[in-house]
Amino acid sequence: MSHFDEAYSAVQAALDAGARYADARIMLRRTESMTARNGDVEDLSSDESAGLGVRALVGSSWGFYAVPDLSDAAARAAGRRAAQIAAASATVPGPAIDLVPQGAGAGSWASECRIDPLTVPLADKGDLLVRATSAAKSAGADQAEAHYGIWDTRKWFVSSDGHRIDQHIRECGGGVTASVLGDGEVQRRSYGQQYGTRGWELIEELDLAGNAARIADEARALVTAPLCPPGETNLILAADQLALQIHESVGHAIELDRILGWEAAFAGTSWLDLEKLGSLRYGSELMNITIDPTIPGALGSFGYDDEGTPAVKRDAVRDGIWVGVLAGRDSAAVAGLDYGGSVRSDGWARLPMVRMTNVGLEPGPHTLDEIIAATDDGIYMETNRSWSIDDRRLNFQFGCEIGYEIKNGKRGRMLRNPTYTGIGPRFWQSMDMLSSEIVPVGIPNCGKGQPGQVGHTAHSAAPARFTNVRVGVRG
Amino acid sequence: MSIDIARTGAELELAARVLELVRAAAGPAAEAEVMVQHNAEALTRFANSAIHQNVAEATTSVRLRLHLDGRTAGGSTTLTGTDGLRALVERTIAAVRVSPADPTWPGLTSARPLHHSAGYHGSGENSGLDFGFDEATARASPAERAARVRDFVRAAGGLETAGYCRTVYCSAAFANTAGQAVEGRTAEAGMDGIARLNGSDGVARRAGGRLGDLDGAALGARAAAKARAGERPVELPPGRYEVVLEPEAVADVLGNFAYFGFNGRTFAQKQSFAELGVEQFDPAVTIVDDPLGSRGEPAPGLPFDIEGTPRESLVLVRDGVTEAVAHDRRSAAEVGAESTGHASEVSRTWGPIATHMRLEAAPAGTEPVLPADPSGPTAESARPLVARMERGLLITDFWYTRVLDQKSLVMTGLTRNGVWLVEDGEVTAAVSNMRFTQSYPQALGIGAVRGIGSETVLLPDSYAGVRFAAPALHLASWNLTGNASG
Repeated sequence: MSHFDEAYSAVQAALDAGARYADARIMLRRTESMTARNGDVEDLSSDESAGLGVRALVGSSWGFYAVPDLSDAAARAAGRRAAQIAAASATVPGPAIDLVPQGAGAGSWASECRIDPLTVPLADKGDLLVRATSAAKSAGADQAEAHYGIWDTRKWFVSSDGHRIDQHIRECGGGVTASVLGDGEVQRRSYGQQYGTRGWELIEELDLAGNAARIADEARALVTAPLCPPGETNLILAADQLALQIHESVGHAIELDRILGWEAAFAGTSWLDLEKLGSLRYGSELMNITIDPTIPGALGSFGYDDEGTPAVKRDAVRDGIWVGVLAGRDSAAVAGLDYGGSVRSDGWARLPMVRMTNVGLEPGPHTLDEIIAATDDGIYMETNRSWSIDDRRLNFQFGCEIGYEIKNGKRGRMLRNPTYTGIGPRFWQSMDMLSSEIVPVGIPNCGKGQPGQVGHTAHSAAPARFTNVRVGVRG
Repeated sequence: MSIDIARTGAELELAARVLELVRAAAGPAAEAEVMVQHNAEALTRFANSAIHQNVAEATTSVRLRLHLDGRTAGGSTTLTGTDGLRALVERTIAAVRVSPADPTWPGLTSARPLHHSAGYHGSGENSGLDFGFDEATARASPAERAARVRDFVRAAGGLETAGYCRTVYCSAAFANTAGQAVEGRTAEAGMDGIARLNGSDGVARRAGGRLGDLDGAALGARAAAKARAGERPVELPPGRYEVVLEPEAVADVLGNFAYFGFNGRTFAQKQSFAELGVEQFDPAVTIVDDPLGSRGEPAPGLPFDIEGTPRESLVLVRDGVTEAVAHDRRSAAEVGAESTGHASEVSRTWGPIATHMRLEAAPAGTEPVLPADPSGPTAESARPLVARMERGLLITDFWYTRVLDQKSLVMTGLTRNGVWLVEDGEVTAAVSNMRFTQSYPQALGIGAVRGIGSETVLLPDSYAGVRFAAPALHLASWNLTGNASG
């Protein structure tokens, strides 16, 4: 069943009420999630949400209104309200806004999905999580938790520029965690935590139950492992941690709305200056980062963004030089750029805004084994445990679940509570080895915006080595 | 144009319809609970001193949880017509029939009155609590929010400004098959903005039950004064510093206490620092969760949670002794306690979390009265504490605080929106932002609290439905591990 007509009604009502541009997206979303703990299913929820969000541009001021009602009358009322809200915005006006042109038109897209995750029997899903947590518990975890999440979203987008696009995006993912109580602290190991625009096959490939005992063993061993020593050393990051490093210190920094100050009071700004786009050295020559929503199965993939711009791969960093941003049609126009393509909303009730898609590294020339073999002294860290970065996306501190000493080209003893800290561009310029073993790591919990929105992103990452990094910071 | 106000009783009728559908489809043995919530949130956002995002939504959601034959499943929908409700019930019944067994099902909340009903000791016309809501706030228009933004921008005197003005109206009802049926309404307003000057940011934020109480001009002037006082900062060496935390920074401490420490789930799993009956904090510290507010204001939260448990004030720490943690029915059953009314949509996953945390202020009149200094960087409520500090830091706000160790609640994060060096009770220099790594409960431990301000400030969270009541706080030591510049 199509909802183009209702979306069109909302757009037309906004235009009739004085908007010079309007767009509307209708979304129907079904979600399902299950959590198990210590061998019992603890929570199962199956949710459905449907509604319309309409955005109106009056003069150079925006208004947005959303309702959970798909009737034609409600759509028209929402369009009028969006225009009225835009008129109120105009009482505290900013500079003139335009929208960069892009090929408006009709389109349709669906993500690849081999096994529809909503058709897999709940009993089978529950059995999987029960087996995974039972295995971790039996192997010595004090607390074992496993979960999965499924999102099935259908969208219909119409704009006054002539867009008429529908998409069907199915996403799923999950993981298992084992925690062990130590002397006044908790040690945790996780496995999986992978998400993608894929079907249930992603969960099957993870083999959560098959990895549960291993992580429980590691969590127990961490309790008595020596602390990560403080100091400066060579740091080797696993792909899962490097993905978050990319997310926080590159992905957010290249968001054009942050660069323009639109997020200054909350998420913050960026250390990047548009005048240096094309010339600023972000990292070493091994650093090649793309913005690529076309990667099959990656969590940040789509056919069109929520402004109707078709998915296109772009460079963000090439040979270590900053060359691209994540942009929308209005922010690009303000910045004098000619492309958008990275605007999304987390549901029908939220304003579309600049968001990460798939922002990740291109493969390097090495392997993890080669990187370890080439390291006389260093620390290897895996799986994020905590993350913190300043409001300009420069100063970061990350904690990982597990570390290993690297001595004379070999992996040595396990280290607990590994942390590292640094300044973004200095850190990326110190990357001297990068593996070719690239995987797109999905992150389903990227927070941004007011009211808050949760974004789904992915980051292609592989093990890499960084030199002279400060590690072992603690209170 | 204003927000639509739902007809009184509309949500309760909807909840009753869902229960009827459950009984018809699943029979009388089904245990079911239904929460119907109508939320109207409007947020006017500004940056570069102009309104750049201006949004409003009106959403009604229906949440059903069902326990049948020893199994449990939940679901929700925003489709509140007959077909949508029937689909919700059918989907949830289908899910519960194929779900694995749930041996830890804690049962339903029995029929019981809300704590603002007649006879409850905290209610009644003499209590000072107003369980109504401010209709003007609930119906606030985009123009009213924009007017406060305009006042903020103008009062900043030409400095670049950014922030938001928000109004929220919530009307909700709960009903279950055990006979509990309750309803309530609430409205809240919040404003949060910064002023910026040459890399120096100053902040001002306030929350309240009435939009009319929010003064955009006063907030804009305050943020600008801080930004001006923060120009030309110096960098200080890392180390342990005595600090005065302004209410904004204290709110971050309270929020993390709520999320990780006084959380019944982490407590039950022994992953929280909280030990009941143990003196874990300085005797000056009393922390309360106050969903029904304090005297002289409309109640800030709904008077019941999504399991229908009536909410009331919960003393978490009294005179330094940890007395309680927040529970929903499941976490309470796990440790043999009673629910404290903290069930939420996320409590099954993240645990029950207190949403209206208050650190008790020092009694009024215990601090010296100082002449007003509206152009200085120090919040009025923090000035007596600063005046007593020999050498230390005045910290306005924290940013991006994350847990390094959950049990000891060691956090890392950065300062934001203004730091100053204090020497001999006077602010002597602006200081660049710094990173810290610090155990929060240790910072407020026995002997570590040198003073608490006598004025509590209401502060909004970035998420509607959460707010803090915080005074300034003078602490003996805070571990600054480096400058934000590296």
